Amino acid sequence: MATQKTLQMQYFAAFREAAGRSAEELKSAASTAAEVYDEVALRYGFAFDRSILRAVVNDVIVPWTAEVRDGDTVVFLSPFAGG
Amino acid sequence: MDTYEPFELSDKPLHVAELAASLPVSHVGAFVSFEGRVRDTNESRTVVGLEYEAYLKLSLAEGNTILREAQANVIAARCVHRVGRLVVGEVAIWIGVTATHREEAFRTCRYIIDEVKRRVPIWKKEHYRDGSSEWIGLGDSRASERSPTPAPFTRRS
Repeated sequence: MATQKTLQMQYFAAFREAAGRSAEELKSAASTAAEVYDEVALRYGFAFDRSILRAVVNDVIVPWTAEVRDGDTVVFLSPFAGG
Repeated sequence: MDTYEPFELSDKPLHVAELAASLPVSHVGAFVSFEGRVRDTNESRTVVGLEYEAYLKLSLAEGNTILREAQANVIAARCVHRVGRLVVGEVAIWIGVTATHREEAFRTCRYIIDEVKRRVPIWKKEHYRDGSSEWIGLGDSRASERSPTPAPFTRRS
């Protein structure tokens, strides 16, 4: 059985609006960044194509296959639009 | 003179003359600046305002990395990006570069705006005259949000 962990989620822009919050503590059995995304996408109905998104763990952009550990901060990035 | 980080975010209107005056003058033969402004149209829709949202920690880290890369070739470089709500015509980003000669000043200014757009986690939501709004860059992956009734673009308190 997958180990339950506590993740610190932060949501920005379109994610923040879809989730209705900018941060939360997430109890999760996910072991990779991709699994975390699938979990919150299902919960909040994120309808974004994952191929245009990136994952961040502890303020570092990581591959979707990156492992998440108890206590990690996880963020998903939609395409940037600054400037 | 106030001290500043080469890349900063501001939730207040930018005073471009003050920003330009903040750059050192010694040995400077060229000053190039760029102002990105809020345009009133995008893809034939009338824009009444927009909001920028930044992932603060990563934006400051990546923005300052870009400015450090840029500073290697010039005397000074500085960039300030707005966050929060902006109206049409407002300056969304200001970049200033001083150098001994114009070539490196132009080239470095161009480098900074291109890299900031590509690498800094800032998002833009456009508000349209018909009351709808849309996060830019998500393309067709998500339907735009349409308000049932047009809402005036007002500053959130």
